[in-house]
Amino acid sequence: MSQWLLLGVNSVSLGGLLFLLSAGFSLIFGLMRIPNLTHGSFFMLGAYLGTSFLALGLDFWLAALLAAAAMAAIGGGIERLLLRRLAGQELAQVLVTLGLSFMIADLCLMIWGGDPIPLDTPRSLRGAMPIASIVFPTYRLAIVVIAVAVAVALWLMLERTRLGAMIRAGVDDAPMARVAGIRVSRLFTLVFCLGAAIAGFAGVMGGPILSVYPGLDADMLPLALIVVILGGTGSLPGALLGSFVIGLFYNFGQVLFPELAYIVLFLPMLLILLFRPQGLFGKHVP
Amino acid sequence: MSRLAAAAAVCLLATVPLWVANGYYVNIVSQILIYAIFALGLNVMVGYAGLVSLGHAGVFGVAGYAAAWLVAAGVGQFPAALGALAAILLTSAGFAVLSLRAAGIGFLMITLAIGQILWGLAYRWIGLTGGDNGISLSARPQPFGISLAPAAPFYYFTLIVFVLAVVSMAVLVASPLGASIKGTRDQPRRMTALGYNVWLVRFLAFLFSGFWSGVAGLLFCYYNQFVSPNVLALGSSAEVLLMVISGGSGTLLGPIAGAALVVVMKNLASAYIERWNFVLGAIFVAIVVFMPEGLVPGSARLGRWLWARLRGVPAAGGAR
Amino acid sequence: MAWNLDRRKFLAGTAAAAVVPWAPAVAQAQSVRIGLLTVKTGPLAQGGIQMEQGLTLFLKQRQSSLAGRKVDLVIADTGGNPAGAKTKAQELIERDKVDFIVGPLAAFELLAISAYVEEAKVPMLSLAAADDMTQRRPNAYFVRASATSSQCNHPLGDYAAKEMKLKRMATISEDFAFGYEQAGGFQRVFEDEGGLIVKKLWPPLNTADYTPFISQLADIDGVWNGFAGSNPIKFNQQYAELGAKAKYPILGGWTAYDDALLKSFGDDAVGAVSASWYSSTLDTPSNQRFVADMVKDYGNVPGGYAAGTYINGMCIEAALHKTGGKTDDRSALIAALRGVSLADTPRGAFHFDHLGNVVGNVFIRRLERKDGKLVNTIVKTYANVSQFWTYDEHRYLEQPVYSRDYPALKT
Repeated sequence: MSQWLLLGVNSVSLGGLLFLLSAGFSLIFGLMRIPNLTHGSFFMLGAYLGTSFLALGLDFWLAALLAAAAMAAIGGGIERLLLRRLAGQELAQVLVTLGLSFMIADLCLMIWGGDPIPLDTPRSLRGAMPIASIVFPTYRLAIVVIAVAVAVALWLMLERTRLGAMIRAGVDDAPMARVAGIRVSRLFTLVFCLGAAIAGFAGVMGGPILSVYPGLDADMLPLALIVVILGGTGSLPGALLGSFVIGLFYNFGQVLFPELAYIVLFLPMLLILLFRPQGLFGKHVP
Repeated sequence: MSRLAAAAAVCLLATVPLWVANGYYVNIVSQILIYAIFALGLNVMVGYAGLVSLGHAGVFGVAGYAAAWLVAAGVGQFPAALGALAAILLTSAGFAVLSLRAAGIGFLMITLAIGQILWGLAYRWIGLTGGDNGISLSARPQPFGISLAPAAPFYYFTLIVFVLAVVSMAVLVASPLGASIKGTRDQPRRMTALGYNVWLVRFLAFLFSGFWSGVAGLLFCYYNQFVSPNVLALGSSAEVLLMVISGGSGTLLGPIAGAALVVVMKNLASAYIERWNFVLGAIFVAIVVFMPEGLVPGSARLGRWLWARLRGVPAAGGAR
Repeated sequence: MAWNLDRRKFLAGTAAAAVVPWAPAVAQAQSVRIGLLTVKTGPLAQGGIQMEQGLTLFLKQRQSSLAGRKVDLVIADTGGNPAGAKTKAQELIERDKVDFIVGPLAAFELLAISAYVEEAKVPMLSLAAADDMTQRRPNAYFVRASATSSQCNHPLGDYAAKEMKLKRMATISEDFAFGYEQAGGFQRVFEDEGGLIVKKLWPPLNTADYTPFISQLADIDGVWNGFAGSNPIKFNQQYAELGAKAKYPILGGWTAYDDALLKSFGDDAVGAVSASWYSSTLDTPSNQRFVADMVKDYGNVPGGYAAGTYINGMCIEAALHKTGGKTDDRSALIAALRGVSLADTPRGAFHFDHLGNVVGNVFIRRLERKDGKLVNTIVKTYANVSQFWTYDEHRYLEQPVYSRDYPALKT
């Protein structure tokens, strides 16, 4: 009984981490229609930067925010210099984002070396909390809170602020938005910065659970793709719910179907895509 | 591409073992040709049908596994090759039926999922595939009694298959089916309105595409005499996609150039440049910046610009 | 930052001659050429970089001269995949005409090139642990100075049953051959000595979250793990975090608590008992020199990967002494290599059995915090451990290689 409770709670927790990982990708793809295949690298680079900031003695949360800021700057640079001129050219976008991911992965290897680097759990969140018959790590619970907070913040920004309205206008009909005086290119840069920042932040958040190592980007990118496609494109709350569903698939799938361990996420994703191409909670077909 | 230039190129390729000193380098050219066939196959989907697949390594790998497994089970080389071809067509059909339910990113994700599932099966179905230990191919085939073990005969064998692939691509592109494939890429709705069965056109394109990618996988298995889950990995699908895009999708020469680029960087340049992976990524980015349509179309454009400047004619449209 | 544009690494003490890349490699007919097949890019680079460090350090200590002959080291990056390993092996053998190959790193790379290298008659010294390379599918030109996957886990099973008095255990390791063979070796001896393995868990290689697996641990008094690469850091952190560490003592194979990883572990791993063929705390004179130089040059205590290639270098040196520095007679060379028997090495004394696998020490270590640093303290040494443990070789080889289901669960 307590095993199932543990798995259930961990599904929510893993879902939270997956949402933090995928929120940036969902934002960029949902609003800009760019499949940002550099996303895993942003996550990893943010995590590596986090380890360096922590090594300098900074507080965990400050390190996470600094890593996010650094990734925002890098993301902004990439968007302005490279992606901006590739609007609508899907193949070129794939080529440039994959090329950048090669470069970032090798750069991380050069700077931080090949050995895994642990990221210490922030002191205030160490230990575990009792939940009914189990004891669950506090930090993993905190991730859920953080994920929900980020989701709510993003949703509020998009739905309730003028900036969000402008972004949505730019997405729906960029030429008309321009005519209405909206600086669409600037908005897109902003969105890309935001997406990269969230990815970097997520890397530091995930660090205490995953550590940081070469290959982290390749491990994380497929998960981000699964969440966004399966959970639903064009809908941030959908991505949040989708993350939790995938957390469920993963935790219970690994235990109940050990034979399918390698494909426990791809098989459901395939089945759902075949019957519902817009994903579980998506609004429009991609 | 003019017939004369094509013939000259084939003659040049045919004499490679004569003027390339070491068997090692002949093998590199063989690898370029194998990957070129793989990329040409994928290009039918990506460039001509406009559907980006991240699962073609699945067909590539199934071909190798089928041949290796059959040979290890005692089947002769030629029947094993036929068995592999059958497996290739079945796998391509399976891929097509599942993935053509969507287009765009949906198609991409379905092909990715199928590719990953095949990879997972290769890892876990140890009784069939040997898991990550893979299956060794005891010997290369001996068509008409000629051993393909040394580098030069294998190279010629590969070259013949390569020429067949290129010719069939050229024929397809110039044919009505080829035109309808391109039509479904550019204007699917209009094609449907005109009475074309878009799904069927795409299905046939996938079969053709999968066939050549699978043949490349078969050659790859013969070349390495070994097959393991690694050939089915996502990285493998991504790598061939990069070859197609960087070389220039939708052209005949583009995938060949892209294959040459990646193979040379991975195998030759890696001996001289320690951080070759970084450099390769930088090259991809540079291609996007300077020649976003790909190496081959971009070089052709650059060539035309240079030629115009040399002749003193004001360049039309600039060199950007 | 290593923007290394020179392909051949001529080591300190050797005149750096510029070699024209396309010329056949006969310019230095006098020097012995060693080719290192390692991984410098991607996730496997972690071990690959250490392999390079170990061999480079060895040659530096010997000033690139073995048995009176100059030594050229050629380093090739396989990319960590079988096709890359094959291509680089061809490059080393056909283009660079190497006399020895050290490496490759991974078992699947080794299996892809074994037939080719044997046919080319090039002696190969690898760390790759695939059991069958020196058992059911032997290669006459292969020598392994580290260990088979199961070699260190046989004595660990003995230690767990007899000294730690554990009775019911679970094994958890990655879902691939290296994991199966390690776990199989542990299970075999543990159960022969009266223990029982009640559960075997196999998380896929790229698992991010081990919680579903750790949640299945129950009704046991200990856990054995065989994680490799960067996974031990993740696993031990999650294992402790979920409360399993407080309940079940944890044991591991050599990659799970390798000395080079100690700087990355936190207190999560303290108390872990592991078995390895190498320990940086072993106080032989050569190991003290080796560890001191590794710390000086590379800033970290060496683990099995660096020690492995360092010891391979020592084997090559000993073989060259036997053949009087000659490398043209390949069968004499491999015979000399397999006949090597050394006393003062970083792993202590060892020799090779007739299949080319090492017979040497296996150290049981406990991870402790001493003077603020993590260290693997040797608690017991099993000497003269062969790949067959105490079993009769022929009976052993009659049974299948360890796999997911062999030995089978008794429950």
